[in-house]
Amino acid sequence: MAATPLVELQDLTKRYGDGPVVLDQVSLAAQPGDFISLIGPSGCGKSTLLRLIAGLSPLTAGAVRISGHTPEQAAAELAFVFQDPTLLPWLTVAQNVGLPQQLRGLPPATRRATERRVLELVRLGDRAGAYPRQLSGGQKMRVSIARALSLSPKLLLLDEPFGALDEMTREHLNEELLAIRQLEAWTAFFVTHSVAEAVFLSNRILIMSANPGRFHAEIAVPFAYPRTEATRLSRDYHDLVTEVSRVLRSVEPPDA
Amino acid sequence: MPKRLLNVLLPAATGALFIVIWYAIRFSIGEEMQFLLPGPGEILAAFRDNGDSLARAALNTTEGALLGFAGAIVVSAALALTLSLSSLVRVSLYPYLMMLQMTPVIIFAPILVLWVGAGLKSVVVITFLICFFPLVVNTTQGLISTDRNLVELFRMYRASRRQEILLLRVPAALPYFFTGLRIAATLAPIGALVGDYTAGSSAGDGGGLGFQAIIYSSQAKYPALFATAAVTCVLGFVFVAIVLSLSWLALHQWHDSYERADA
Repeated sequence: MAATPLVELQDLTKRYGDGPVVLDQVSLAAQPGDFISLIGPSGCGKSTLLRLIAGLSPLTAGAVRISGHTPEQAAAELAFVFQDPTLLPWLTVAQNVGLPQQLRGLPPATRRATERRVLELVRLGDRAGAYPRQLSGGQKMRVSIARALSLSPKLLLLDEPFGALDEMTREHLNEELLAIRQLEAWTAFFVTHSVAEAVFLSNRILIMSANPGRFHAEIAVPFAYPRTEATRLSRDYHDLVTEVSRVLRSVEPPDA
Repeated sequence: MPKRLLNVLLPAATGALFIVIWYAIRFSIGEEMQFLLPGPGEILAAFRDNGDSLARAALNTTEGALLGFAGAIVVSAALALTLSLSSLVRVSLYPYLMMLQMTPVIIFAPILVLWVGAGLKSVVVITFLICFFPLVVNTTQGLISTDRNLVELFRMYRASRRQEILLLRVPAALPYFFTGLRIAATLAPIGALVGDYTAGSSAGDGGGLGFQAIIYSSQAKYPALFATAAVTCVLGFVFVAIVLSLSWLALHQWHDSYERADA
């Protein structure tokens, strides 16, 4: 491919102290516009990988490059969506969404405009004045995503953001996430335990194996975007879910 | 029956029962011993007869309690912030904070009188010492108990240390702070009274409720003594009511200790 990769991992290795190797010489190039899902058994280091890309944790060996820079230098270009909504309970929805800009010292007027824009994106414009505890689990997660989008990142790192939600809510949010991406065009790394979710969202699925964490296989998802409810009903979609599940089972440690 | 009505009727019934038992005891101990347990009527009369001195004493005690309480809030907030910044400082100071709490302040009252003089100053210092501990312990606990995920979020957005403290740790510590404040508010009037009792001074009408209690007991004015206790009790209720209102203002919108505004 001719385009320069947005994210480049070179022989990335991570080890906590003298403990076991969590990630072992992982290499990858993500092109702008990629939606890459990371899936694998627990302990395969998929969340660790995300944290390394975000610069939240030091790497043991190898290199992470984001548009040619280190994660620290590229901090302004990336946003992280945690497993929990991690909203500040004493701030309103709008104030939570404006927090990253506030921390960056942007003036209130700019913040207000951004708050309105991203809350509209996640269809929570009418809940701007609510406090987090007045929201449902799915709504909280949408606020969390809106907050991540508030700095218009080029790279979005999502660590199992919908893992705690019920199936219906999760499917709705999957569709919403893709709809937003049609407008915003960011690149995404998405950690998940759900094969169906990975197939629906991504154009590339990386299946990881554990002990030590490595890329076991990559599966391309050929379906064109925008994807909708109809995608989920198609035969091809089901076949691919089956195939990914099969590969995933081959790396899962056998149950006792 | 609506719950709200029950919430008024039940305590009222308890109060009525209490007064009945009170009179029953008075009746059973016989007339010559009844001075030991004045009836509500006598106590009300004592309020009327000693109104001026009680009111003046109550004002003096309130002043001592307020100053000591306010001082404890300011100093404990500053100390809690310092303690929260470094676990080394925390470890070095904590045993001595505990020591301060375990030491009965009253023992030092005589020497305190020599240091700062009898009267308001001593009362303020004693109130301060009594209120200080629950405030500093709770506030520190709050400042270091910030949700790890939220701390990580702030690090992720490259927040400065100052931003992390002002925008994250301090608001997150508010519920803990108010818990400490509630305890300190019940202690403040009692602290001021005890301070006054042990290190008070009547110079320039400066005596508080503690001082007044000494006078009444030396004059065997037992109904007035009960009246003094009642005034202190009311003062405590006022302090707690103010703190509860402040706590409500600061927390009811978002904190789980208050019911959701709309479910």
